[in-house]
Amino acid sequence: MEFETVIGLEVHVELNTNTKIFCSCKTSFGDPPNTHVCPVCTGQPGSLPVLNERAVDMAVKAALALHCQINQDCKFDRKNYFYPDLPKGYQISQFDQPIGEHGYLEIDVHGDRKRIGITRLHLEEDAGKSQHAADGSHTLVDYNRTGVPLIEIVSEPDIRTPEEARLYLEGIREMMHYCDVSDCRMEEGSLRCDANISLRPVGQQEFGLKTELKNINSFRFVQKGLEYEEQRQREILAVGGEVVQETRRFDDVSQTTLTMRSKEEAHDYRYFPEPDLVGLHIDDAWLARVRATLPELPMEKRDRYIRQYQLPAYDAGVLTSDLAIGEYFEAVVAAGADAKSASNWVMGDLLGYLNGRSEGIAATPVAAVELAELIAFIAADRVSIKQGKDVFKVMCETGKDAKTVIREAGMEQISDMSTLLPLVDAVLASNPKSVQDFLGGKEKALGALVGQLMKATQGQANPGVVNQLLRDRLNALKAVE
Amino acid sequence: MGKPYTVKQMLVSMASGDTQPSDWTQHSLGIIENTDDKIGAFLQVNGEQALQRAHQLDDQAAHWRASLSTTGATTQGLFGIPYALKDNMCTKGMGTTAASQILANYIPPYSATVAEKLTQANGVMLGKTNLDEFAMGSSTEHSAFQKTHNPYNLNRVPGGSSGGSAAAVAAGMVPFALGSDTGGSIRQPAAFCGVVGLKPTYGRVSRFGLIAFASSLDQIGPLTQTVEDAALVLQYISGPDPLDSTSAPTVTEDFTRLLTGEVKGLRIGIVRDISAVGMDPQVMTAVDKAVAVLAGAGAQVVDVALPHSAYAVASYYLVAPAEASSNLARYDGVRYGRRVEGETLLDMYERTRSEGFGMEVKRRIMIGTYALSSGYYDAYYKRAQQMRTLIRQDFDEAFQKCDVIAMPTTPSPAFAFEEKSANPLQLYLDDIFTVPANLAGLPGINVPCGMSNEGLPMGLQLLGKAFDESTLLQVAHGYEQLRGFTMPSPHGLEG
Ligand SMILES: [Zn+2]
Repeated sequence: MEFETVIGLEVHVELNTNTKIFCSCKTSFGDPPNTHVCPVCTGQPGSLPVLNERAVDMAVKAALALHCQINQDCKFDRKNYFYPDLPKGYQISQFDQPIGEHGYLEIDVHGDRKRIGITRLHLEEDAGKSQHAADGSHTLVDYNRTGVPLIEIVSEPDIRTPEEARLYLEGIREMMHYCDVSDCRMEEGSLRCDANISLRPVGQQEFGLKTELKNINSFRFVQKGLEYEEQRQREILAVGGEVVQETRRFDDVSQTTLTMRSKEEAHDYRYFPEPDLVGLHIDDAWLARVRATLPELPMEKRDRYIRQYQLPAYDAGVLTSDLAIGEYFEAVVAAGADAKSASNWVMGDLLGYLNGRSEGIAATPVAAVELAELIAFIAADRVSIKQGKDVFKVMCETGKDAKTVIREAGMEQISDMSTLLPLVDAVLASNPKSVQDFLGGKEKALGALVGQLMKATQGQANPGVVNQLLRDRLNALKAVE
Repeated sequence: MGKPYTVKQMLVSMASGDTQPSDWTQHSLGIIENTDDKIGAFLQVNGEQALQRAHQLDDQAAHWRASLSTTGATTQGLFGIPYALKDNMCTKGMGTTAASQILANYIPPYSATVAEKLTQANGVMLGKTNLDEFAMGSSTEHSAFQKTHNPYNLNRVPGGSSGGSAAAVAAGMVPFALGSDTGGSIRQPAAFCGVVGLKPTYGRVSRFGLIAFASSLDQIGPLTQTVEDAALVLQYISGPDPLDSTSAPTVTEDFTRLLTGEVKGLRIGIVRDISAVGMDPQVMTAVDKAVAVLAGAGAQVVDVALPHSAYAVASYYLVAPAEASSNLARYDGVRYGRRVEGETLLDMYERTRSEGFGMEVKRRIMIGTYALSSGYYDAYYKRAQQMRTLIRQDFDEAFQKCDVIAMPTTPSPAFAFEEKSANPLQLYLDDIFTVPANLAGLPGINVPCGMSNEGLPMGLQLLGKAFDESTLLQVAHGYEQLRGFTMPSPHGLEG
């Protein structure tokens, strides 16, 4: 029997506000444990939450970017459960009135654009972090992360392959970057993902029994974990078995998924409206203010690059994968460079250089106008492409501009006839054997002559010009014979 | 013992230069010293710290008096006034227990907004008063630490949950104390102890630092000898607080401005369709008499209806425990308070909470957890909230026809220890007159309206429109002036 895979993702994104969602503690990551805590975020008796409106701004911005309808009147609810990293014994979240609903994200799957529905996007507070002793003797809890604002983005079960799941997750990250609401670092936990996956016979409407996959801590593992789980379920169903509805976790050592807890242990969170907060009303002016901060979104920009710059889809995809890369690229073009050349340089040499140092575009040592200048040198045949690449390396390492590097290396290409002609004549005079071979019909002999000339100019002669000059001279000799 | 001094009397005395702050702190500490072993109002008295503070204020007294004469005021702030806080209000560096074993050794790292405000008003905090554990109860018998006795009869309860604050004021240990009122916890002990107890409108006073029982119902207010003192104290504890999102954006007003003794033309609503099982006819008579006194002074008495009040107690005992079950989840032994070690995390939680919480608290956590559980939420919590809306609408309609509503505060005067502990449900039903104000968020006040045959105080309750404490205080004060008797001194301490 043929099976179809059905996947839905729940993504948690930490918002990069300066302070926590319900108190004024800092949100900074990686500081010594329990240094960013106060009576509110440690749940001291009598403490009360006060909503940080910046978190609302960011959640609304993210929701708008994901084409959600904004619930301008919404509220917070308490999700009750006991865990040491949850100081109040409940998490302040949104239950039946999320800040955003009915949105979508578009992904490009092998050249086809696919729309993944977004059921809801809601605002909530993060929990702390537990550190269990290896011998099980004790657990330490760090509350620095407690109260960091989070948005939870729940997709519709529209994802059909593990690869699509990865593309969707990458799309979410890209969107959050564009909106500047999160750094989305999976390794630091500022982006977290749980996945629901089930299989059903092709053509069947109802969903099959699903498993929930937790503890996915990298983009690669989203796909790997789901591929493993997809295969595991397929094997069960192929022999007429039944998938056990449960929560599993991806184990990155064995690259498999393991049972975490069964459905019977599922929680009753006893949600009810948070009485310590008043209803959240986002008036039209507030909404408009946030909407005005929305940048051009990745897919729109991608389409525009293809249309406006005639770039291949691949180039448009890479250049728009990050807001800053796109801005850099457009600055290079604005400084006069040809779009395709600019794209090649940015995607190839520049990103290659930066990736090698694990740096982002913000750390570029070559300003966009400087790259445009280098491209202009090449376009004007004043340096070869090969030379240009060397120049670029030096620019990166020294911070000097193209003109300076080329001058200092004496590497500017010689294309000037009055300089080259005497040299051509000299090479012909001192290489009679090659001349004879050429006149005798051996085309290959021309290469040797070009080589001699390049040698005489330390490689600075414009090979195209040299080639043409030699050919003209030799043809003239031929005619004389 | 003589009639206790009021806040106003102390201020006037200090303004004239006859006394200074340390005199009153010493006076209060003396009464506590002499009587609290019999009453048990205080869980903690900080005499040394209080005296130190009072002496600091002595040094500022001349400056304070000068500022009074330039503004023409007779009472600026609560300068040098000794007071007590119910022990569910956090005080930085000073133990705050909510009368629970689970917080027996808890020292808050911060102070409640009301504590900060009273410090700014130059009051002198003497200590923390007893209560039913986490304010859950109406007799203060559920304190994990001690009994508090009614100053009018030591064999009777002082009411609750602010029983310690009510008893301390009644016995003259402090001229005022703060209490908190979730379903009557200020007004009911005030009625039992023969003092004034004001529950302000929900949102009038910041809850920041008040150990939560039921967040949507809790409100802090003063217990005092007189209505005027209640108005004065309210002046200094109320106002919007950026640390409490549910505090209302009110503007400053002078709550004493309408205390003229005049009630003429004001409309007093009386409710005929609200009744309690076991209603003591003496109380009903006393309340009727009080209404007659107001009518005699030109107030207009009108009938109003609160048709849904029959469901108030049932709604209250779903909403309050539901919120409590969540509010008390933080007492898990992990970060502060008592921890009982266990084999596993779950074991630690269970032991900590089993040993840390008392019977009544556990009962309410169980009720609340049940009411919020999946499958029961709609039938219980949600319906209770819907009923709350109906009760609020009842009041809206009633207040179209009247300015304040009068009714008893409690069905009967103070009962004996253990008299009602066998039947918690009956005790819950006794809250019939007080819970509607909490459910609707309205202000209410208890004013003593007579003594029962057994020599126990009885209370008149007046309810006002939301954020109209001024009119409520006006009527309460008017009645107090007109009632034609003075409350006898607490005789429980005589002989
Ligand atoms: Zn904090």
